[in-house]
Amino acid sequence: MASNGLKIAIVGGGLAGLAAAMKIAEAGHEVDLISVVPVKRSHSVCAQGGINGAVNTKGEGDSPAKHLDDTVYGGDFLANQPPVKRMCDMAPQIIYLFDRMGVPFSRTQEGLLDFRRFGGTLHHRTAFAGASTGQQLLYALDEQVRRWEVQGKVNKYEGWEMLSLVMDDHQVCRGLVAMNLQTLELKTFAVDAVIMATGGPGLIFGKSTNSMTCTGSAVSACYQQGARYANGEFIQVHPTSIPGEDKLRLMSESARGEGGRVWVPKNTGDARSPKDIPEDERWYFLEEKYPAYGNLVPRDIATREIFQVCLEGHGVGGENQVYLDLTHIPAEVLTERLGAILEIYEMFVGDDPRYVPMRIFPGVHYSMGGLWVDFEQRTNIPGLFAAGECDYSIHGANRLGANSLVSCVYGGFTAAPSAIEYAKNVERGSTETNGVHDAELKRQQDINDQIVRNEGSENQYKLHEEMGKVMTDNVTVVRYNDRLKATDDKLLELQDRFKHISINDSNLWATQAVPHARQFWNMLQLARVITLGALNRNESRGAHYKPDFPERDDENFMRSTIAEYSAEAPVLSYEPVDVSIVEPRKRDYSSKAKAH
Amino acid sequence: MTIAAHPEKKRLTAPPRTIRFKIQRREKEGAEAHWETFEIPYRRNLNVISGLMEIRKNPVTIEGKATTPPVWDMSCLEQVCGICTMVIDGRVRQSCSALVDDLLLASGGDTVTLAPMSKFPNVRDLKVDRSKMFDHLKQVNAWIELDGTYDLGPGPHIPNETAQDRYALSRCMTCGCCLEACPQYGGDNYIGPQAIAQARLFNMHPTGKITTDERLNGLLGDDGIANCGDAQNCVKVCPMSVPLTKAIYETNRDVTVNALFGWLKK
Repeated sequence: MASNGLKIAIVGGGLAGLAAAMKIAEAGHEVDLISVVPVKRSHSVCAQGGINGAVNTKGEGDSPAKHLDDTVYGGDFLANQPPVKRMCDMAPQIIYLFDRMGVPFSRTQEGLLDFRRFGGTLHHRTAFAGASTGQQLLYALDEQVRRWEVQGKVNKYEGWEMLSLVMDDHQVCRGLVAMNLQTLELKTFAVDAVIMATGGPGLIFGKSTNSMTCTGSAVSACYQQGARYANGEFIQVHPTSIPGEDKLRLMSESARGEGGRVWVPKNTGDARSPKDIPEDERWYFLEEKYPAYGNLVPRDIATREIFQVCLEGHGVGGENQVYLDLTHIPAEVLTERLGAILEIYEMFVGDDPRYVPMRIFPGVHYSMGGLWVDFEQRTNIPGLFAAGECDYSIHGANRLGANSLVSCVYGGFTAAPSAIEYAKNVERGSTETNGVHDAELKRQQDINDQIVRNEGSENQYKLHEEMGKVMTDNVTVVRYNDRLKATDDKLLELQDRFKHISINDSNLWATQAVPHARQFWNMLQLARVITLGALNRNESRGAHYKPDFPERDDENFMRSTIAEYSAEAPVLSYEPVDVSIVEPRKRDYSSKAKAH
Repeated sequence: MTIAAHPEKKRLTAPPRTIRFKIQRREKEGAEAHWETFEIPYRRNLNVISGLMEIRKNPVTIEGKATTPPVWDMSCLEQVCGICTMVIDGRVRQSCSALVDDLLLASGGDTVTLAPMSKFPNVRDLKVDRSKMFDHLKQVNAWIELDGTYDLGPGPHIPNETAQDRYALSRCMTCGCCLEACPQYGGDNYIGPQAIAQARLFNMHPTGKITTDERLNGLLGDDGIANCGDAQNCVKVCPMSVPLTKAIYETNRDVTVNALFGWLKK
């Protein structure tokens, strides 16, 4: 550690991590940036539709206060409101900053930023760069951070995976241990503070819209070392994904933002090609039920409606699929505004959505829950901060479309000064912490050695598939307590069987078997947090829906679930939600006027 | 809108019962390469990655020899991160968007051949190290020189047409297809299309324009733009349809003008 300057480690090089890195470097401090992939390939590239900010350029009277209201209402009043307010206030500045960094946002005829509509709002609030906005925002930060890298302020460790925190005897975070994914070499990073920005844990569900790097493994390691994990049970299932063999590919909400309509044939057995089914024989079930918001109801609602329609046998061809139809919009308009995502569909399905309605179904997409943080992005562990999807702070029980990109950047921009402030004041106590780095390194090496030594009949990839299936079947759109209980039993069984895996790879150079084994164990721990959080929340709120408890229960459950690790099972407790700005009200998107 | 003009996709009508993956293996950088062939049951809608995932679960060759699981890179699986690029049946592309049905339809056989990209260090099997592509981006200052990230209001007015032209360049995901296909690239005597296009991306921006010369300077030397041989392979293999040859042409023009008249500015 440099004796004069501050050094902060950031784990994860997506939007949140790069946003924090840029701010810390700009403040004159040093960053060690640890990422499993070259940061430009982080999962943020997959965000498609856009970034929300109440810039109000459309004469609609939009404001950060309305953005706040939409966000906490969309989140079913489970988010602490003060940080949401700060995010919504900062959002227009964030968009302008990206504009200055050269993001090729779509423009109006005057040359101003253009905005589109997204779910859960009646305003045009979403700035966008074609339909690959996440990619474009990530690239802008990647470029700025590369600039700082050239100036020696940012040290990138790409192809390194964090395994654990280094904690001193007073439970203060003094750095971390990471593994080089090529050599399997372990290294400790002794730093003044650590910021987690590792994204979501979608791979726990096997197939999801997430990238293959989204294991939640590093966050789970923090949890197992004492970090509190909040609202784990709130998993967003995106209404429109493209089912695939290897993953569920996202079909952005912007398809509906640009006018896409969801429908199924009225006649369940209708075998005609969709374009031969006349208008009056189509059932636009979202528009019928939600006249004001139509196809742009929040995701949790759209997902349940689609799920239900298919469950009742109305899906296209009797299968788990509905049409998402853009064919009424001129092809050239679609190409400009949605080109990137329509290409994805055509590439993987073979039909051109400009001429043939898409077939889609809900898929696991986002974790509202994550590491518990206070309003300054501090976790409960001194020296450990979190930002982006891996923290729980902004989205409550359901995230609105195009709020993820803005929350990542807000989180990074808040965590950075917060970590700097902490680092300035922390006692370094190097003699006291030297030993803990070596001890933690050895502990991690021992775990790796054990995995390599194991000779068993279990195959870790098959175990992962089993976990994904049971989690997808029981812990997504509709949840029942008996099945949640059975899921936890299954997870315990998988934990047991994990001890009998053989890594099946005699060549340890760049092997994926050892990293996957580490990730899988960590995923199992988080899977239990998600499952038991759901089991113990006997109400329905946002993305968490139990038919046996169909109503929101503010009296008992307007509380954040807090999970703390113990070897036996996560210990759950509940914390009140700060609703000091917008008074909670019943969520209802079905009436013609907005329920204010 | 003419629905009739929309061509139907050709589909594999008589698929084989099993498919084979012939994979180039290498234990580590510098080791000898060899080939191994695996067989898996045919399923509809497989992409190359799903095939590799299936093989990884039980890595046994068609000769019945137990071997190590093939190593490859993958992340987004939506052809937007660029990481899973490899050479598939002789053509460089992303393995996530390489659909087995289409490959078999094109080859008429039952075997898909996978090899790592050849222009980059081969870490193991199908995995390569493309870090020099990011070094190329440093060489051309592929960024906007901001005064700072504090709140300074919106950026400059930009016509939507310019924004769309820049967007086309900005979709480059640094996958390396253009470099793999380029006959000139390799051996440090040419920076290659991707970095030139990124220089162009920032030179087109009203703020980026201010530091155009610095970007062009990065392209002046022997390892710069001069050795483009105009083979135009890059633009044919680019999965994001980045207008690479146009960017090279425009940047070359700027470099020449700068070299001829740049001294006048001093």
